[in-house]
Amino acid sequence: MTSQPVVTPAGSQPVDQGFSVELGHERPLRLDCGVELDRFTMAYQTYGALNADKSNAILICHALTGDQYVASAHPTTGKAGWWERIVGPGKPLDTDRYFLICVNVLGGCMGSSGPKEINPETGKPWGLTFPVITIADMVRAQARVLDYLSIEQLFAVIGGSMGGMQVLQWAHAYPERVFAAVPIAAAARHSAQNIAFHEVGRQAITADPNWQGGNYLEVGTVPRAGLAVARMAAHITYLSEPALRRKFGRKLQDRNRVTYGFDADFQVESYLRHQGITFVERFDANSYLYITRAMDYFDLAAEHDDTLSLAFEKTPVRFCVISFTSDWLFPTWESRDIVRALNAEAANVSFVEIESDKGHDAFLLEEPEFDRTLTGFLNGAARRRGLPA
Amino acid sequence: MNGPVTLPRVADTRVDLLLIADMIPSRSRVLDVGCGEGDLLHVLSTQKDVDARGIEISQAGVNACVSNGLSVIQGDADIDLVDYPDQAFDYVVLSLTLQATRNPRRVVEEMVRIGRHAIVSFPNFAFWKIRLQLLTRGQMPETQLLDEPWWETPNIHLCTIRDFEDLCRDLNLVVEKRVYLNRDGTATWFSSIEQLGNLFAQQGLFLLRRA
Repeated sequence: MTSQPVVTPAGSQPVDQGFSVELGHERPLRLDCGVELDRFTMAYQTYGALNADKSNAILICHALTGDQYVASAHPTTGKAGWWERIVGPGKPLDTDRYFLICVNVLGGCMGSSGPKEINPETGKPWGLTFPVITIADMVRAQARVLDYLSIEQLFAVIGGSMGGMQVLQWAHAYPERVFAAVPIAAAARHSAQNIAFHEVGRQAITADPNWQGGNYLEVGTVPRAGLAVARMAAHITYLSEPALRRKFGRKLQDRNRVTYGFDADFQVESYLRHQGITFVERFDANSYLYITRAMDYFDLAAEHDDTLSLAFEKTPVRFCVISFTSDWLFPTWESRDIVRALNAEAANVSFVEIESDKGHDAFLLEEPEFDRTLTGFLNGAARRRGLPA
Repeated sequence: MNGPVTLPRVADTRVDLLLIADMIPSRSRVLDVGCGEGDLLHVLSTQKDVDARGIEISQAGVNACVSNGLSVIQGDADIDLVDYPDQAFDYVVLSLTLQATRNPRRVVEEMVRIGRHAIVSFPNFAFWKIRLQLLTRGQMPETQLLDEPWWETPNIHLCTIRDFEDLCRDLNLVVEKRVYLNRDGTATWFSSIEQLGNLFAQQGLFLLRRA
């Protein structure tokens, strides 16, 4: 053996820290809550190369607990990128063909301005003094990154779950900057049930004494238990009952019989505990509060007398709306509402419901039908946009 | 995947769809209702630069269309046409699907509302072989076009060419063009003579608009 590959402690490829840009000096970012940010940082990753006329850029919008490490190792966990399955040469999001950008959302905890970062005014972590942000604010901040990259129009904006909300917001707020939009497993407004689940998560965090009224970073504690419980509750909503039954059933964890105690007797308990513990290592509790709140506030129809179609009046954007049969967090009927609104504007829209028992998380998992849909839609849009095959 | 009826294909495209494509000028906006696996949409968008959209009831058909880069949604002619605004399309096409809708009259009304023109084709139930089968056997007829037994056919509202002419008069529609088709989807030589069409055509194809 002549050479050894570089091996990081996590056993994955070397970590790429990506890019980060400080914005707002010349043009402060005005947020929905009224606050103006005149210094904010946005961290992002890119894959592939921007073509000469800058027409092949795709913005990927990440979900609630996602980040910009779409197809590269996570700097904290060393794990593969969250959409590495479909991003890369020859894959549906083909890096030989498209220039992919993913920006850590405003309020996030992977380098973009958020409660975990230092407030440049005070030199201390923002904590709960960070302004409450919305999906529209996240999108405004992403648009500033594109301004910085001198990308006038995106070929496509793609995202699942909260990423799908951002896609819809992009099409609504910047129709001329979006050629094609792919909202996946998303909704145009956050449902009462989903707000309720978010509230459970937030209550778990704030009930943890280590949360310290939000000042845990200054005090030097971590609200591990609270954030882990929030993640466990949320994680159940990302799955489906059939998937849980298929994966775990009532199988016991490393034992032959129940122990008549409160240890993790069942495999499903052990799995959830693991999900909770690993999440705490990579995510900030206050960020979780801010981002869930942004989703709760999302309602595209609200500012149009509850008529969603008005949010897409005469839209030139080509849409591909995708849902999954077993997703009960963002069920198909919510995607259908989007389609109906787009039909009312005679918009160019495709709508595919993918048969899957994997629940909301299906968009992150192996679903060949989903890959075919995404590839086909992008190919059709690329033809229309005049991108070389 | 089969639609409501089974038809021969030429170079992988149904012949009657090519006749429909001929009625549609380049660069128009078209909605194909019941677009199946997108044959007509494909011809229109690749050969005529048409802004072509589709509605298809079967999820498998929809997925096949979108995978081929066509703009198609899963939907139902009886339910989803109401969502579209008036005159949103130049042409709205309903090919061999009218007889499978719950409310054909309402569907045709919606088509001429959302499209400047409507193109409708349907199997002609007055075709002589159908008449003969009913007369001689006293049983529900089965033809090459309508090849399923009565208890499993999706075709619940069959009509004749004459019936359809009546409906158009009733709805105050202008028949801009009528073509009578053979079994293989080609036009018959008697396409201007209604008497012959109603007896000898397997399929009627109508180009309509509001008066």
